[in-house]
Amino acid sequence: MSKMERPLTEHIKADGTALSLKEYESVGGYAGLKKALGMSPAEVMQAVKDSKLRGRGGAGFPTGTKWSFVPMGDNVPQPKYIVANGDEMEPGTFKDRLLIECNPHQLIEGMVISGYAIGASIGYIFLRWAYHEAATRVLKALAEAYAAGYLGKNILGTSFSLEMDLHTSVGRYICGEETALLNALEGKRANPRNKPPFPQVSGLFGKPTIVNNIETLSNIPHIIAKGAQWYIELSNSPGGGGTKLYGASGKVKKPGLWELPLGVSLRELIEVHAGGMMDGYEFRGVLPGGASTDFLTKEHLDVKMDFEEVAKAGSRMGTGLVIVMDDKTCPIGMCLNLEQFFAQESCGWCTPCREGLPWTAKILLALEEGRGKPEDIDHLTFQTHYNAPGNTFCALAPGAIEPLQSALKYFREDFEEHIHTHHCKYKH
Amino acid sequence: MASEQIISNEARKEIEALFHHLPHKQAACIDALKVVQKHNRWVSDAALKELAPILEMSVHEIDSVATFYNIIFRKPVGRHVIFVCNSVSCWIMGYENILSALQEKLGIKFSQTTPDQRFTLLPIPCLGTCDHAPALLIDEDLYRDLKPDQLDEILSKYE
Repeated sequence: MSKMERPLTEHIKADGTALSLKEYESVGGYAGLKKALGMSPAEVMQAVKDSKLRGRGGAGFPTGTKWSFVPMGDNVPQPKYIVANGDEMEPGTFKDRLLIECNPHQLIEGMVISGYAIGASIGYIFLRWAYHEAATRVLKALAEAYAAGYLGKNILGTSFSLEMDLHTSVGRYICGEETALLNALEGKRANPRNKPPFPQVSGLFGKPTIVNNIETLSNIPHIIAKGAQWYIELSNSPGGGGTKLYGASGKVKKPGLWELPLGVSLRELIEVHAGGMMDGYEFRGVLPGGASTDFLTKEHLDVKMDFEEVAKAGSRMGTGLVIVMDDKTCPIGMCLNLEQFFAQESCGWCTPCREGLPWTAKILLALEEGRGKPEDIDHLTFQTHYNAPGNTFCALAPGAIEPLQSALKYFREDFEEHIHTHHCKYKH
Repeated sequence: MASEQIISNEARKEIEALFHHLPHKQAACIDALKVVQKHNRWVSDAALKELAPILEMSVHEIDSVATFYNIIFRKPVGRHVIFVCNSVSCWIMGYENILSALQEKLGIKFSQTTPDQRFTLLPIPCLGTCDHAPALLIDEDLYRDLKPDQLDEILSKYE
């Protein structure tokens, strides 16, 4: 890549305050919308397909393809909905917060363009309750956008109309699962729905609905304003376009968040951007994309952080925010923390998840407390199969066992040592 | 014995204002629970009974929603709620030191309220500020990069 472009974050202000509407317009904001409204919805959808934008919520599904399943034409169910998934609750992930708090108009513009492409007339921003500052800033930005004619009836004098509202949640990780999110928006318990039907056909209140992640939607104005080819060239990855928000937490010198070309290496991310390990700590492993991804280890440091290469290495890019495990952190203790989280956040609908995850956490706690038995490793291995994809409605349980199944592979000697010595050597 | 009205007329008006955007009243259930909690600080059994006819739902249906979500409080809470992040990045960065210092200062454990009703202490999953772990939230205020010796000053801001 010749130049370092950062379309998502380059205009974010150093003091961390939100760009006002005027400030956003002065750096090219809403130019993408003006251009999109001069195109047909099909042309907008095609541009997003051509850009190779893939969903930034964790699954990496091609965004334009996702949109293409929405029924179009005059005789289709109405209203259609465009929903922004801002329920950022994947442990270790803090990227959408920045985009919502610091550039809310970029998100709104992305939603209006996306709504235009699929023929939506109502939009919701679904925001997790804990992001109080983000909620205040979104409400202000929505009011500004309405006043300027970017939202509401006959947007910018065209026949396209879109109403938009903010919904703040009342907790639960499962709300980030798109069908659970729709149930929460309908005022119900956030149990995921069986698929099919997919939300594109039968989503919110049974109407065609697109749910996209905040970062995904924030890319849309730039793709339309500058073109699919420009977007593809931002990336270092043949499988997807654009930049990506990457981040790191754990015992690294400079934990943080950076917008980088899609496909940066894990090594560059940890050693250059995160400044390497804190003094006195050595790198042992990493969850590459949030709590629900398999560990990678030293041998994987040259893996490119894109959807294909991380998958080839046996994990998932997920949200792209890495959680670094050092040599003084217990892998079993870390798995225990993760499995307690997933057990608590299971919605309780499917048996493997509801019963299996608390069982898993209980065994890991026993290991940490020196009560482990030799057969516990077999029990834990059984749980990784019991909760594998295909046994549950949604991806919570399969995600939950990803860090555990890889820990059993890469840190097996730690499991065995806990059992044989009846002790966790990492505890002082 | 005439029972006291739990959901104020003002709160009722706020709940009824939620309906006009929605295809049916039940769709406002979560937002209605938020309104009740905003006014009453928690959602009591008596409040659920008053909410049922407003939303045209059974008490048990509403309770099934209320108890699903951890930020709807079905027990009374103190004047301030401290949410301590106990997720993985904060765990790696030693949130347990913050928690034990807090528990010692307040004399309570997770899910308890101080006898003077000043603070309730709750665990909370990832607050989305992992590059500044450990973190906690008091009501709507976020505190990051925490060290145990900062806690006295932070707590003193809350009456």
